Amino acid sequence: CKRKVISAKPHHPSPQGKGEKSHGGDFSYVGIDAILEQMRRKAMKQGFELNLMVVGQSGLGKSTLMNTLFKSKVSRNKSVQSNPEERIPKTVEIKSISHDIEEKGVRMKLTVIDTPGFGDQINNENCWQPIMKFINDQYEAYLQEEININRKKRIPDSRVHCCIYFIPPTGHCLRPLDVEFMRRLSKVVNIVPVIAKADTLTLEERDSFKQTIREELRANGIDVYPQKEFDEDAEDRMINDKIREMIPFAVVGSDQEYQVNGKRLLGRKTKWGTIEVENIAHCEFAYLRDLLIRTHMQNIKDITGSIHYETYRVRRLNESNGQANGVAAQHEALSHEM
Amino acid sequence: MASSDVARQLDKGARPLSLAGHVGFDSLPDQLVNKSISQGFCFNILCIGETGIGKSTLMDTLFNTNFENFESSHFEPQVKLRAQTYDLQESNVRLRLTVVNTVGFGDQMNKQESYQPVVDYIDKQFETYLQEELKIKRSLHNYHDSRVHACLYFISPSGHSLKSLDLVTMKKLDSKVNIIPVIAKADTISKSELHKFKIKIMSELVSNGVQIYQFPLDDETVAKVNTTMNGHLPFAVVGSTEEVCVGNKMVKARQYPWGVVQVENEHHCDFVKLREMLICVNMEDLREQTHTRHYELYRRCKLEEMGFKDTDPECKPVSLQQTYEAKRQEFLAELQKREDEMRQVFVQRVKEKEAELKEAERELQGRFEQLKRLHAEEKAALEEKKRLLDIDLTSFGNRKTAAALLQPPGFTVNGKKDKDRKNSGFM
Repeated sequence: CKRKVISAKPHHPSPQGKGEKSHGGDFSYVGIDAILEQMRRKAMKQGFELNLMVVGQSGLGKSTLMNTLFKSKVSRNKSVQSNPEERIPKTVEIKSISHDIEEKGVRMKLTVIDTPGFGDQINNENCWQPIMKFINDQYEAYLQEEININRKKRIPDSRVHCCIYFIPPTGHCLRPLDVEFMRRLSKVVNIVPVIAKADTLTLEERDSFKQTIREELRANGIDVYPQKEFDEDAEDRMINDKIREMIPFAVVGSDQEYQVNGKRLLGRKTKWGTIEVENIAHCEFAYLRDLLIRTHMQNIKDITGSIHYETYRVRRLNESNGQANGVAAQHEALSHEM
Repeated sequence: MASSDVARQLDKGARPLSLAGHVGFDSLPDQLVNKSISQGFCFNILCIGETGIGKSTLMDTLFNTNFENFESSHFEPQVKLRAQTYDLQESNVRLRLTVVNTVGFGDQMNKQESYQPVVDYIDKQFETYLQEELKIKRSLHNYHDSRVHACLYFISPSGHSLKSLDLVTMKKLDSKVNIIPVIAKADTISKSELHKFKIKIMSELVSNGVQIYQFPLDDETVAKVNTTMNGHLPFAVVGSTEEVCVGNKMVKARQYPWGVVQVENEHHCDFVKLREMLICVNMEDLREQTHTRHYELYRRCKLEEMGFKDTDPECKPVSLQQTYEAKRQEFLAELQKREDEMRQVFVQRVKEKEAELKEAERELQGRFEQLKRLHAEEKAALEEKKRLLDIDLTSFGNRKTAAALLQPPGFTVNGKKDKDRKNSGFM
């Protein structure tokens, strides 16, 4: 197959005066760039899916943050639970709720996966296991559908695209639980760590806390989103480096609106002032929202699909090969184990 | 349409929710489009038609470039396919276009096998994709998709009906690729004949059960224009890369003594419609149909052929990879067995040949010996004769000298006649 680089004369159709003698080159519009519009139409028709998981101890404001992000009640807020018999679960539970939301013609099926009970026990060893299992189960379900002979036109995507990990605002450093969890899960899912309830930290405390966290992440070899190794080109790296300088985002969530300077804004009202959620001088919620939703959502899904899922698939297929082949392949499968 | 999509989403218990403010995920389509721009697009067109019917010219005209073409001969013994890949760019969109042309189609005296190379080519592209998809370490997002997205079938402008070769070929291909029939060199048909010709072609296709590509009607934005275009199939096209001055514009056209056929004039031919449908409106749908319908069908048939099944009712779902691996082992074992057999046969043949050669060698040796013996015998005989001759010679020599000694003087050794000597010396 021969390859030749030719440029079809680029052209956007523009009206020509009748009296002018126009050269044939002006009618050289082929229409290849119309494919962008076709893709957009197809995407709008199909709709999108997004699966977000929130992990953190109870009381850190996970549900509130989700509601703030999507400006609607996507999670049940447990603190306003009127049912006194609801206790903290004995083990980590996985609760997944889906909603269809729509904005300007773009339809999205949003699934929020909550993990009540994480980090709440006295003995929290292995509390990441149910979460890990859930994530792997979603990969497994996708894989099973993919290797079917008769498979669906669009394989339903229940894979966890992003896991938001809530760090309590102690101001000191990461706890062993945080390190263990993030270390294990950053290998299978995109993790976005956030400092929860950041309104208890002053700006200086916040900055030093962030610095400490970043160093600890580096020291433990934990790669959170956006991962350095998946930067596509120099431009990408530049954008992502700026983000990497800012994580973890210090966020405050709220679904209550207050009147501030004549505008109605989402915020938390206290005796000493009102914290505006979307004001970047107050907290970094806006950055988180922009990263997750407005700029990097597609990229998050792509990395889940083409990297994390593929890693799982390679491991899984090698495992079943090992069963068929015996010792030699088992050695390989073992070496893939974390 | 939209309701079925929403229904599909709702089946998982997803409740519709209204948003209290601007969240911002309406930028998702833009994010998706941006990613596609940076990745680039692939599009592969297969052109089937007789030699000289204008396939390459039409491609040049469609994409407004000069693909390297050369005229093929009419004497190809078999139909071949020639694929060429080009990188095109228009504004910020990069397209990797592959144009596959048939060479020698319709030229052979016996055209029974003409469609087979085409079918084989299409299947081979599906097979390479399937192989990549089944690999353990795969890179599908980087993969250069070579599957044929659109097949332009060039119909000869006879004005009467389809040829049986056309029907047979299209029937073989309609479940493998999106077929878009076009009437080539449409400037040889008059308008009224063209209308009748188109109706005849479409009715023949329908009555023979050939499924050609229908432009999709499920999206409201394009349903209307697609419906109209579906009614204009097959498109009657004229291709030309030469420009002629008409009025005060330079247009792509073919100049005849009786007039100028303008390629982009919709009254003259359907070229603009073809370009509109193939590229501007439905390119993405063509790619999607190829992937979700034709490729899936191929994959299903291939896997079933290899003996895979989906879930067994009694036990756990059969793992594709396990069975695949088992099949692979079986296949390898089979290969090994055949290799051993062949080796044995080879060794056997070598032995036989060796024996043969040895035999021949022995024979030769024998003959050589025999000849040598003969030669020696003859030599001995000759020696003997020589010896005898020598003896004779020496005895003769002896007798001669003896005779010479015994002769009285006056007698020359030469032995002149006595009479003469008597006559000369006596009296």
